Amino acid sequence: MKKVFSVLSVATLSLSLALAGCGKAEQPNQAGGNAEQGQAGGEQKKIRVGMVTDVGGVNDNSFNQSAWEGLTKLKNDTGHEVQYIQSAGDADYVPNLNQFVKDKWDLTWGIGFIMGDHLKQVAEQNPDAKLAIIDAEVQAPNVESVLFKEQEGAFLVGVVAAEMTKTGKVGFVGGMDIPVISRFEAGFIAGVKAAKPEVQVVPIYTGAFDKPDLGKSTASTLYGQGADIVFHAAGATGDGVFNEAKDRKAKGENVWVIGVDKDQSLTFGKEITLTSMMKRVDEAVYRVSKDYAEGKFEGGKIVRLGLAENGVGLPETSKDTVPAEVLKKVDEFKEKIIKGEITVPEAPEKK
Amino acid sequence: MNKVIGIFTKDSFLVPLVAILLGLICGAIAMLAGGFDPILAYQSLLEKVFGDVYNFGETIRQITPLIFTGLSVAFAFRTGLFNIGAEGQLVIGMIASVYAGVVFDLPPGIHAVVALLIGGIAGGLWGAFVGWLKATRGVHEVITSIMMNWIALYFANWVLQTFLVPEGQQRSENIKDSAVLTIGWLSQMFDSARLHWGTAIALLGAVAFFVILWKTKTGFELRAVGLNPHASEYAGMNVNRNVVKAMFIGGLFAGLGGACEVLGVFHYQAVMAALPGYGFDGIAVALIGGNTPFGVVLGAILFGILTFGATGMKFGAGVPVELIRVVIASVIFFVAAHGIVRLFLKPVLNRKKKEAV
Amino acid sequence: MNHLTQENIVVEMRGITKRFPGIIANDNIQLKVKKGEIHALLGENGAGKSTLMNVLFGLYQPEEGDILINGQKVNITSPNVANELGIGMVHQHFMLVEPFTVTENIVLGKEPKKGMSIDIAKAAKDVENLSKQYGLMVDPHAKIEDISVGMQQRVEILKTLYRGAEIIIFDEPTAVLTPQEIHELIEIMHNLVKEGKTIILITHKLKEIMAVCDSVTIIRRGKTIDTLSVANTNPDELAAKMVGREVNFHVEKTEAKPKEVILSVQNVTAMGNRGVNALKGISLDVRAGEILGIAGVDGNGQSELIEVLTGLRKSQGGTIKLRDKDITNKLPREISESGLSNIPEDRHKRGLVLDFTMSENMVLETYFHKEFNKGGFLDYNAIESHAAKLIQEFDVRTPSIHTPARALSGGNQQKAIIAREVHKDPELLIAAQPTRGLDVGAIEFIHKRLVEQRDKGKAVLLVSFELDEILNVSDRIAVIYEGQIVGIVDPKQTNEQELGLMMAGSKRTQGGTSVE
Repeated sequence: MKKVFSVLSVATLSLSLALAGCGKAEQPNQAGGNAEQGQAGGEQKKIRVGMVTDVGGVNDNSFNQSAWEGLTKLKNDTGHEVQYIQSAGDADYVPNLNQFVKDKWDLTWGIGFIMGDHLKQVAEQNPDAKLAIIDAEVQAPNVESVLFKEQEGAFLVGVVAAEMTKTGKVGFVGGMDIPVISRFEAGFIAGVKAAKPEVQVVPIYTGAFDKPDLGKSTASTLYGQGADIVFHAAGATGDGVFNEAKDRKAKGENVWVIGVDKDQSLTFGKEITLTSMMKRVDEAVYRVSKDYAEGKFEGGKIVRLGLAENGVGLPETSKDTVPAEVLKKVDEFKEKIIKGEITVPEAPEKK
Repeated sequence: MNKVIGIFTKDSFLVPLVAILLGLICGAIAMLAGGFDPILAYQSLLEKVFGDVYNFGETIRQITPLIFTGLSVAFAFRTGLFNIGAEGQLVIGMIASVYAGVVFDLPPGIHAVVALLIGGIAGGLWGAFVGWLKATRGVHEVITSIMMNWIALYFANWVLQTFLVPEGQQRSENIKDSAVLTIGWLSQMFDSARLHWGTAIALLGAVAFFVILWKTKTGFELRAVGLNPHASEYAGMNVNRNVVKAMFIGGLFAGLGGACEVLGVFHYQAVMAALPGYGFDGIAVALIGGNTPFGVVLGAILFGILTFGATGMKFGAGVPVELIRVVIASVIFFVAAHGIVRLFLKPVLNRKKKEAV
Repeated sequence: MNHLTQENIVVEMRGITKRFPGIIANDNIQLKVKKGEIHALLGENGAGKSTLMNVLFGLYQPEEGDILINGQKVNITSPNVANELGIGMVHQHFMLVEPFTVTENIVLGKEPKKGMSIDIAKAAKDVENLSKQYGLMVDPHAKIEDISVGMQQRVEILKTLYRGAEIIIFDEPTAVLTPQEIHELIEIMHNLVKEGKTIILITHKLKEIMAVCDSVTIIRRGKTIDTLSVANTNPDELAAKMVGREVNFHVEKTEAKPKEVILSVQNVTAMGNRGVNALKGISLDVRAGEILGIAGVDGNGQSELIEVLTGLRKSQGGTIKLRDKDITNKLPREISESGLSNIPEDRHKRGLVLDFTMSENMVLETYFHKEFNKGGFLDYNAIESHAAKLIQEFDVRTPSIHTPARALSGGNQQKAIIAREVHKDPELLIAAQPTRGLDVGAIEFIHKRLVEQRDKGKAVLLVSFELDEILNVSDRIAVIYEGQIVGIVDPKQTNEQELGLMMAGSKRTQGGTSVE
């Protein structure tokens, strides 16, 4: 699943490259880091955490990158050893996971829905190893699965879209039609309808997470049909949505994009980025890994991170583009969801 | 013994060998420029591949499809055709055999063989279509086979999503156990590495390649048409039929490769966002192997070791995985530009020449 | 040879030795060329003429020996050095950029500049002046792909002149030309010499030497045999020195005893490559025990006739019978199996798979026969012994039966084809340009074989542009003109003049219209 929705930042790119390149050279630093380790509670030992990316790799503008940022933060904060392997194709997942597992790394991450079966196989063959996975449910006593309630975050951006649309029509661009993305769609539609039932939502799936050209033409269709706000959950395909919006903005059209996964206004600018549905893969990877180091790993557990856990949400920067009264309304809905007064559906209603 | 030495000092053997060495040296220079230790890197690469049985087994798994696609490209090349379409033929082989593996209900063993053959024949027909277009319409096979790669990708995805992928999934169901090509006991011996009959089939394929081309009547015609269609036509051979036949056999190799991946390694097929790349690597493998079956096997082994061992390089020496592509690209460059290699070899070859006189 | 005084010797090659793996191509060769003469380098295919000239032009470095240009010892390490010394070479295979114009090709690599750009106007003017000066008559603005082979050769000549060549080497220049073009080339060579240039002509055609050259150096098997003044020699002497034995130009043969008709062609029509009728109702018979020669200027339907006979081209009308079997528009293989053999016009294109071994080439048309084909698998032992037998029988000089056909000389390649075709024991043997590009020794051999087939009671159809060959070998001559047989004559009762007139369409003068 190369559908991660983060955006490349030059700083993290160079950082991760430097880290990848100097894995060995960093070891002395880790020794130096022993001082801080003391604060974690005396005798806590250094652990080794590895992660396997899909073909996108850690510079994929996507959640592989986000996950690696989480591990990088772990290393900087605690001095634990971290490493990643990029997969060149489907056939690589198992040997790559095994690379860590057979080398007795403490915790091995598989990043993405698509790695679920492979990770399960490796977990079963190596019952002593500890693994964790993002976006997939793996039923195994030695695996912790982390999923996100994307629908809850999508609900909130749906509210923003409904409040802000001038045309009464908003669009959704999805990558592949798979459960994760369906959750985005379902939440978005529910949010729009909750705020303003009369606003129409047009969803389109492009079938790809790596085709900006397709994203651009899809966005063009949506804007052409009269939608003025488009929410994308389509990885790099979404870059094309931003591109189309920028072109139209330059011609004087009043169109917006709602970003995904990270705060995309930082990359594409506040002129076109209304807000973003942030999915904190980095947080999740960081927290679960840190818990492991502190002896709190829960094999077999399936964690679902939603608004309550701060796993999804809107970025701070939204206040620059979204009026305060709209944000206030968003906060009200957020409270209701956290309290359980509203249950956001996980799949869109079948047409 | 002299004969053995003779083989190893033959131009056709020496040139790729030196090209590989030069490629490794180029890679080493790139590593040095990036501040890495190339000796440690290559050492870790080899350790990764030969260090334990699991990774050794997985390296064999990596090599297998490259033998198939290498044979596919080399076979077509021997008959005067440039098959860029091994990629698509492999994908078609995958989808056809996964369909047979999931849908059919047959006794164990027979099911596997049937699924394998269906994959191979599907790949073959996919290739033959390119040959047919060339024979009847004169469309150049490079153009059509490239386009057919993309058609194969999207066609396979369509078949998957329409017939084989359960609701909310991204991949087909697993094939039935009766269709599995995995060798359980061998896999156990190699610490669960995914070893399968495909490797043996690939090696048999290399033998078949040799026998077909150099021992049979069909091969005689195929080679003659490839080398000189005019003389072949004059000698009474049907040039068009041979073009189709050559592309069928080429596609058959690639299709079998795809079938073995599905039946031996994955046991299912996932919706693909991009082409898997084995077919394109196959072109390089065929080039390095000099389009001979033995050479293709060696080329695939080299490719497999380099790509699989690249992860080891990253762990052992911190070298980015991408750098192995620099090495591979340099090897291909030096094989293709063998003039440069001969320049390096000049002193050696000259000495040989003097001895000969 | 004392007329060759030191002052007027422009090229001297002393004791040149050049080895290739396994053979000595040049063995202590001596050559002296006078200023302003046309000097022929005569030798059989593979005698070492081209190697010697490639040494002079800087393409090869000799192991031993010295080269003196105008009395100065020089070291010619590359063609660029040769150019600077005033040596130019017109290769047999032209080295031209087809989509470029004549001017562009000529100035390529030595373009006159105007600032940063090429001064094409000046270049074209220079080319025009040069072409006028030597009587070359080339349109400087025409594209190479649009002009005839003869014109392309002139562009090659202009290229050497433009680079200031004083000594021009011609490598088999007439091999690719029509008779008319040969005539014009000879004219051009005379013009060049008149303007003070020196010409070295590589050839194995005795006629040409007698017609244009002043002196001749004969090379045989890498060694210098002799240097003669053309005025004091004759073709018989030259041939004997070149081949190393007496050569019989006259084809020895008895009176033909023609029997029943083997090939009967009735009113056959066929389209040519350009979509016009190349064969316009052609009719002819070939009988067992005779050689029918087809005389004609190139492009009058000969190639199309052979293609229709062998099944490579569809006829639009008429019938072709081989004995009693109708072979009109049958597949090549069926025709071949019915007893028709063909020595094709272009042996590299149609006759051989050059990268196949000799043994594979020997079964190119028969590999599927029971003797070689065992249930889809080829019996290479049988194929190899078959090849070994033929190679011995027809004296094909090849290092081994495993040698690729490409490595053999033209004469030996042709012998191999003849061996293969004759061995099929055909009813009808078609020989198209069977001696093109071959030296006198090989020609003699091939003519003998054709007569031998006739004497065995086979029908032989000989197609040739060489009137000598037609007159010498044929028992009857059919003249082809614009896709029809315009007359059948007895070689003993005709001569070149009469044939020439018939070939030009009886009334028209020869060469009145040239193709293209």
